[in-house]
Amino acid sequence: MLEVKDLHVTVEDKAILKGLNLTINAGEVHAIMGPNGAGKSTLSAVIAGKDGYEVTQGTILFEGQDVLEMEIEERARAGLLLGFQYPVEIPGVKNIYLLKAALNAQRAARGEGEIPAPEFMKLVREKSAEMKMDPSFLQRAVNEGFSGGEKKRNEILQMLVLQPKLAMLDEIDSGLDIDAMKVVADGVNSLRDANRAILLVTHYQRLLNHIEPDHVHVLVDGRIVKSGDKDLALELEARGYDWVLEGSAA
Amino acid sequence: MASEEMEQLVRREYKQGFVTDIESDTVPPGLDESTIAFISQKKEEPQWMLDWRLEAYHQWLKMTPPSWAHLEYPPIDYQAISYFSAPKKPEDRPQSLDEVDPKLLETYEKLGIPLHERAALAGVAVDAVFDSVSVTTTFKEKLHEAGVIFCSISEAIREYPELVRQYLGTVVPQADNYFAALNSAVFTDGSFVYVPEGVKCPMELSTYFRINAANTGQFERTLIICDKQAQVSYLEGCTAPMRDENQLHAAVVELVALEDAYIKYSTVQNWYPGDEEGKGGIYNFVTKRGDCRGDRSRISWTQVETGSAITWKYPSCMLRGKESIGEFYSVAVTNGRQQADTGTKMIHIGENTRSTIVAKGIAAGRSDQAYRGLVKIGPRAKGARNYTQCDSLLIGDQCGAHTFPYQEIGNSTATVEHEATTSKIADDQLFYCRARGIDEEDAVSMIVNGFCKDVFQELPMEFAVEAEALLNVTLEGSVG
Repeated sequence: MLEVKDLHVTVEDKAILKGLNLTINAGEVHAIMGPNGAGKSTLSAVIAGKDGYEVTQGTILFEGQDVLEMEIEERARAGLLLGFQYPVEIPGVKNIYLLKAALNAQRAARGEGEIPAPEFMKLVREKSAEMKMDPSFLQRAVNEGFSGGEKKRNEILQMLVLQPKLAMLDEIDSGLDIDAMKVVADGVNSLRDANRAILLVTHYQRLLNHIEPDHVHVLVDGRIVKSGDKDLALELEARGYDWVLEGSAA
Repeated sequence: MASEEMEQLVRREYKQGFVTDIESDTVPPGLDESTIAFISQKKEEPQWMLDWRLEAYHQWLKMTPPSWAHLEYPPIDYQAISYFSAPKKPEDRPQSLDEVDPKLLETYEKLGIPLHERAALAGVAVDAVFDSVSVTTTFKEKLHEAGVIFCSISEAIREYPELVRQYLGTVVPQADNYFAALNSAVFTDGSFVYVPEGVKCPMELSTYFRINAANTGQFERTLIICDKQAQVSYLEGCTAPMRDENQLHAAVVELVALEDAYIKYSTVQNWYPGDEEGKGGIYNFVTKRGDCRGDRSRISWTQVETGSAITWKYPSCMLRGKESIGEFYSVAVTNGRQQADTGTKMIHIGENTRSTIVAKGIAAGRSDQAYRGLVKIGPRAKGARNYTQCDSLLIGDQCGAHTFPYQEIGNSTATVEHEATTSKIADDQLFYCRARGIDEEDAVSMIVNGFCKDVFQELPMEFAVEAEALLNVTLEGSVG
């Protein structure tokens, strides 16, 4: 589904990713872990198309399409969706309005008509309930005055409504208490199916107790230095990133 | 987003109206006593009106144009302007919508302007417009039943001279400022409204006015009087693009609210802003002032300004009556080379008077805008309160927004609050929306509309919908 080959990325002339390779197939959940500053968030940002990142080498293919040639919104419409670490506030724009505009934009790209209002309301109410969000959130301005946990739940709500093929979740666990973590994890787990893939970017292993990954990759200094299954995350938790560094240097 | 992309996005073509070359009954350029006498005679005015005009003219001669505003424009040659032009004759106008520029009609469509109004707005000869005539007649009957007087200022001077004489110039005196003095000398058109005691005007004075305002004059004079316990909501202007061969517009609007009266005055203005270099755009120098003369009276200004090359405009409230209320809600959008210096004045004179100011400025392209607001609390205004909120949103990095808040507090029991923010249309907000699949243009208009929400909700419903559509059309650009 997603194929990242020899990806080199610089930010303001500073090399951040230095030859990253990653293949994600449908039905898989991948977790990218690594110390601060390793380039974890850069990877998902580049795939989503954020400005300010220069790809100097390498390719990103999504279902055979060259992602780097696509506009930001085209990537989203193709099914690549990024859940933000720090979702922005948009004053005066209702949450439900953004959801509807996004869903209809994606439907239009697939050649489908706008979703009928009753159907949309039913869908959104159902999904908000899954995320244990009061329906009043839908009427509030996007992320405005939301707590950290509410913002993260709102990100997952968008995923549940938009049903991406590849959901990229950047530090979705940061700032969550244990109850909110459970709700967010349940939401993410409900997205799991054979036709969809999930890419988790996280600093801590604890998220992976709730969302069990098929593959774990350790990103250090712009490269994936070690890959394994979920046990790798546990080992990292126990032994720290230095252990991987020593291992890879040896 | 790269700044040149951003610039491309905001550089939209003005969805201009049509331009027709039609001979009109126009006086030769120039201004002297004989020009004023000509205007007064054409309007069949009484002697006192002519005297009043001439008095204003003589004061104007002694005045100089204001230079304090944050605006740049070449000196205006007042002798090169023609001060009277008779309305176009029906046979010179388009006879049906088929003769109107399809692009203009497309814009009306986008703005959601009702079908029966489109023809009149496009300048189609009125007797060719079946719908609007019947609509107008119905409105007139309803207003007449309620006792509301609503007519052109010229008609009012002839038909209701006592009322006009009693109130004209009592809110904006002849020599109030340079442009008001000029207007007082040469005004040719505008509206007059009188709502009698205890009457709530049965309809918003909107559609009717818009139809009749399709060919607005260069020097409009509007006078609205709301008697005790009366109420009126008045809508000025139009979301449809307005083009005018007259570059200088200097209108005066006077509002008088007596005891317990409420006047709500909403403006949506979309004058031609000029080409990309700012050439040919309208200069809009307007004096708008409301007088809360009676106790517990209330005047509310709401404006959405998207047009003009230069805007100089400060709708103000004189809060004389005890517990009277003044409000100002404004959205000003500038793009290209537009310049706007706009804001309000809230003059608290009576006890326990209250005022609210919410000003939203959106600057794009290479435009420049300033918010200028004065809150003045007089020595007798015990317990007066003001709340001011000014927010500016910048689109791209070649535009500017400035805030000049002035406060003169002459009473220690007053409460004055001021909040101001300036933000760039955040790249991260745009990215967030686009990363959900929403295209760039829609994302910009969504963010901008959200920014303006506080003001739009003050507009009468149908106007609010049009205003949102107008913002979308205004920011519609050549993306990609």
